[in-house]
Amino acid sequence: MQKVFETILIGLSTGSIYALMSLALVLVWRSTRVVNFAQAGQAMFSTYIGFEISSRSEVFWLGLLFAIVAGALLGAGVDYFFMRVLFKHANSGPAAVVAPVIATLGLLGLIRSFVGLTWGGEFKSIETPASTNGFTIGDSTIPFSPLNVLIIVTTALILIALAILFQRTNLGLALRASAYAPEIAQLAGIRTARTRTIGWAIAGGVGGVAGMLVTANNFLSPYSLDLLLVFGFIAAVIGGLESMVGAVIGAFVLGIGLTFILNYVGTSLVFIGGFTVLILVLIIKPDGIMSRGKARRA
Amino acid sequence: MPDNLADKKTVLSVNDLSVNFGGLKALSGVNLELKQGEVLGLIGPNGAGKTTVFNALCGIVTPAGGSLSLKGKEIKWPKPYQLAKLGIARTLQGVGLFPDLTVADNVMIGANRFAEAGLLRSSFGTNSKDEKRLRDRAQAALERVYVGGVSNRRADTLSYPDTKRVSIARALVAEPEILLLDEPAGGLGAQDIEWLNSLINNLKARTSIIIVEHHMDVVMSVCDRIYVLNFGQIIASGTPQEVRNNDAVIEAYLGTHSKEKSARKKA
Repeated sequence: MQKVFETILIGLSTGSIYALMSLALVLVWRSTRVVNFAQAGQAMFSTYIGFEISSRSEVFWLGLLFAIVAGALLGAGVDYFFMRVLFKHANSGPAAVVAPVIATLGLLGLIRSFVGLTWGGEFKSIETPASTNGFTIGDSTIPFSPLNVLIIVTTALILIALAILFQRTNLGLALRASAYAPEIAQLAGIRTARTRTIGWAIAGGVGGVAGMLVTANNFLSPYSLDLLLVFGFIAAVIGGLESMVGAVIGAFVLGIGLTFILNYVGTSLVFIGGFTVLILVLIIKPDGIMSRGKARRA
Repeated sequence: MPDNLADKKTVLSVNDLSVNFGGLKALSGVNLELKQGEVLGLIGPNGAGKTTVFNALCGIVTPAGGSLSLKGKEIKWPKPYQLAKLGIARTLQGVGLFPDLTVADNVMIGANRFAEAGLLRSSFGTNSKDEKRLRDRAQAALERVYVGGVSNRRADTLSYPDTKRVSIARALVAEPEILLLDEPAGGLGAQDIEWLNSLINNLKARTSIIIVEHHMDVVMSVCDRIYVLNFGQIIASGTPQEVRNNDAVIEAYLGTHSKEKSARKKA
């Protein structure tokens, strides 16, 4: 019984980080209809900035703050200087569908090369903000540590902040309206190009947090966040790609599910497990677990 | 022009507007003049270019030529997001509500031009007064069209006539000087149409209106003047009475054959 409990706790911690990456992907998808493969690169670049600041200052939280800012600026920059130009030129036919996907893959390579040239390819580790030694319950030590608690709490705070932003503020309303129907939002006076850039900035900042939190328990390299992108994407698909709540639920389902596979079956099946879930969702409920059938379009 | 409008200021004028879709001339040489407090009808058979006129005014399509003046001052053709600031609001043919949002949120989006808080304050949610003011405006607009009681419901749970009312509330909440109504009576029953007529008549005091509508009873009863479009060109304009008796209009709507038939009958 204790093992089940431990697995759920670790699953929550892993799911938290997936949730952040998944949210970053959903935010961009909703506003731009692009699966942003460069999100892994953007998060990785932001994490390197966070690594640089936290290793100089020896304060993890200062690094996290800089990672958020760097992620937001890079996200906004990618949309403003890259995607806007791209959509201007590739705005119809097959090119409009394929070009953004190829472009984000290219951008991922570009960011990775830049990071490799600047920081080198070797593994780096970040000052951990909390102990990675597991809690002791009675005589036994469980693999759930204060760092895991911190990851869950930080993610929860960010989710609450995002929920307030999207549900309670006028900016959030503009972001939601622009994502759903940019033409109608524009007629109501919303500058949809600007709100889209803000959406990319929020996604970039959230991706930066995901990168920092995953690296606090791991190593950082130009490739270290690739797996996070894959699992974040699977979680987003489980949630239906459109829904932010769905992305978070999908991430926790995936995080806990994969931790169960890890603890009860073995490491080698984790990756296969992730993709099996993805295929099952696409076959059984392709619109994601949050879909309620087609809404009547007003 | 009716006598009561002759001395009124011109709030909007479109001169020589043309719009092309590839090789197709969707509009050519269209001239329109809207007076303060006037209700102007824009009618014509399907595909005549009525909605394209609205789309050009709203920046959804880019005109190939022509100019636009607001209150006598020539301005560039606006971008869609600039309309609200210019005092222009539009309802859409297909209602165009956001189904996942509440009715209040749908209307609040239309009040965006009154938002005072900047990006940062809005991001951190420290603009609660501003938010409340916008929400109150939205509620007032909903009450004006008698759907104040549904503000907390999701838009996709409303009946069709109520969605029409909400879409009008979203346009009214921006307090426009010029209101573009795209087929507001489409799909409505007799009782709702009666209500719509009285709403339009009440709005005239503060707002000038251009209405695209197929429902001829509505057009004939609320419009001060009517422009008739066919194949992208204005073929007639005048008071409802003048337009009703215009040969070119009868021909466009009923075809040459019918015209000959009616002439034969008269003889």
